Amino acid sequence: MTDEPLVLGIETSCDETGVGIVRGTTLLADALASSVDLHARFGGVVPEVASRAHLEAMVPTMQRALDEAGVTLADIDAIAVTSGPGLAGALLVGVAAAKGYAVAAEKPIYGVNHLAAHVAVDTLEHGPLPKPAIALLVSGGHSSLLLVDDLAGGVVPLGSTIDDAAGEAFDKVARLLGMPFPGGPPIDRAARDGQATIAFPRGLTAAKDQAAHRFDFSFSGLKTAVARWVEARERSGEPVPVNDVAASFQDAVCDVLTAKAIAACRQHGVDTLVIGGGVAANSRLRAMAEERAAKVGITVRVPRPKLCTDNGAMVAALGSHLVAAGVRPSRLDLPADSAMPLTLVSV
Amino acid sequence: MLVLVLDTSTPAVTAALADVTPTGHTVLAELRTVDGRAHGELMAPEIDEVLRKSDATVRDLAAIVAGTGPGPFTGLRVGLVTAASMGQVLGIPTYGVCSLDAIGGVPGQVTLAATDARRREVYWAVYDQSGARIEGPHVDVPDAVAHQAMVAVGDGALKYADRLGVKVLDEPRYPVVDAFVRLAAERIRAGAPSEPLTPLYLRRPDAVAAGGHKPVLQ
Ligand SMILES: [Zn+2]
Repeated sequence: MTDEPLVLGIETSCDETGVGIVRGTTLLADALASSVDLHARFGGVVPEVASRAHLEAMVPTMQRALDEAGVTLADIDAIAVTSGPGLAGALLVGVAAAKGYAVAAEKPIYGVNHLAAHVAVDTLEHGPLPKPAIALLVSGGHSSLLLVDDLAGGVVPLGSTIDDAAGEAFDKVARLLGMPFPGGPPIDRAARDGQATIAFPRGLTAAKDQAAHRFDFSFSGLKTAVARWVEARERSGEPVPVNDVAASFQDAVCDVLTAKAIAACRQHGVDTLVIGGGVAANSRLRAMAEERAAKVGITVRVPRPKLCTDNGAMVAALGSHLVAAGVRPSRLDLPADSAMPLTLVSV
Repeated sequence: MLVLVLDTSTPAVTAALADVTPTGHTVLAELRTVDGRAHGELMAPEIDEVLRKSDATVRDLAAIVAGTGPGPFTGLRVGLVTAASMGQVLGIPTYGVCSLDAIGGVPGQVTLAATDARRREVYWAVYDQSGARIEGPHVDVPDAVAHQAMVAVGDGALKYADRLGVKVLDEPRYPVVDAFVRLAAERIRAGAPSEPLTPLYLRRPDAVAAGGHKPVLQ
C-alpha cells in the first residue's frame, strides 16, 4: 500500500495549531498545539492571541508530526492547508507556512476547506464514505448540515446557523452558570447529574420555519431563554438547579441538531450520518443521534473526540483524498479566505 | 553564499536574493510589490520568481534573513513564518533584522525612521550620524516621536510629514534589501546559530477579559 499518497495537513483556522500526516487513509501523525488556555479569561477565542500562538507553535508542531510519522518533508507527496473558513489572521499563518514548506520542499500545495476536512477525517477511522452522506458539523465556530456526494467534487450546504454556533451557545450558557470556557465539557458533565425538566425553546422547528429554514439552526433565542429562566430564579431568591438547567439546555440543542440531521438524511434518501466538530464530543448528542438514527435505519459515524475537534489530520485526510482523486494542486498565490464557501472544497 | 531576504513589515512585500562573499555582498534579484492587504498571496510567488530570475533553486540557499518588524501584525507574520518554515525544511539558519534598521539612518544626520502603524500611529526609531540606532523601536502618535532628528525617512514619516517638524526624504520609503543583507552579513559569514524569528509587535493584542453576564430581564 506504499503507493498511496503521503500527505501532510496544516490547520490554523481557530485556536489549534495542527499538523497531521496520513498515507492514504492511514493516520501516521497528529501533532497539536492549543492556545485554548490563553483565551479562557476572555471567554472566547481572541483572534490576535490565536495568531501569535500559531506563529510560535508552527515549527515545533511540524517537527513533532514529522518525528511521530518517522518521515521528512522530502518524503511527502503533497501539503494540504486549511485555506478557510476561519479567523483571517490565524488562517494566514498556516497558509503562509504551508507555502514556505511547499516552496522549500518543492512539493504541490492544496488549499482546502476546513468544513470538508471535518467530514474527511472520518475516513481515517471508518474508511471511505458512502455516496452520498449527510454531515452534521457542530463546534464553537460552525453549525452546518451538508450533503456530501464526493468530497473531491462537491459538498452541498443544506443549512447552517442563522446566529450563534452550537458550541458558542454552550460557551455562553456555561458562563451564565459560572462554568469555565470552553463550555461544552462542563455542561456535559453537569447534565449527567441533572434532569431535562425545563422546556427551553427549539429554534427554527416551528411549522412556519419549515419553508425557509428547514435545515437551518438558531441558538440565540435558546441562550436568551436560559438566561431569563436563571435570572428569574435568582430574583425570586430560589437556588438555581444548575445541573437541571445544563441538562435541559443540552437536550434542547441536541434535539434540534439530531432531528434536523435525520430529517435531512430521510429527505435525501441517505443512510449515513457523519457528525464532526468539537460538539460531536458531547455525550448526549452522540447518544441521541444514535438512538434516533437506529429507529429509521440510519448509520451514525462519529470519529473519536481528538479527530472531531480541529486538527491537522483532518486537513491531511482531505488532501489525501484530493490527491488520490487527481484534483489539481492550488497555485502559490492561494489566499486565506475567512469566508470560504462550501462549494469550494479546494482552491 | 546565496541568501534569501524576506520582509513583510510594511505594504512593500519584499523577496530578494543576495550573494554574500567573505568581503562583501551583492543583491542579485529583488521583487517588491506594494499592497498592504495581500502579503499572504504575494510572498511565495515572489520567492519563486527571484529564484528563477537568478537561475537558482531553494537548495542553493545558505541562509534566510527576515525583517522582524515592527509592522502591522497580520502581514508581518507572513514573512516570518515563511522564513521559519523554509529554514526548517532546508536546514539552514534564519536571522532576524529589525525592519526599521533596514530603512535606517541617513549618513551624517540624526535620522528618524518611521513606518505606518495604522490607527494614526507610526512605528519609529532614531539613528545617530553613524547609523547606529539610539532610540526605539517604539509605536506612538506622530506628534510624540523623538524630535532630536534632523531628517526623517519611511512611509510613516511621509504620511505624517506635516506633523513631524523635520525634513522628510522621499527615499528610502520602505526597508532596503541591501541593508538587510549588510546587517546580517557578519552572522551569515560566521555561520552563527539560527535565530528564532520573533516579531517586534510593540502592541498587546486587543482583548478585554470577559466581564460578568449582562442581564436580559428588564
Ligand atoms: Zn472546525
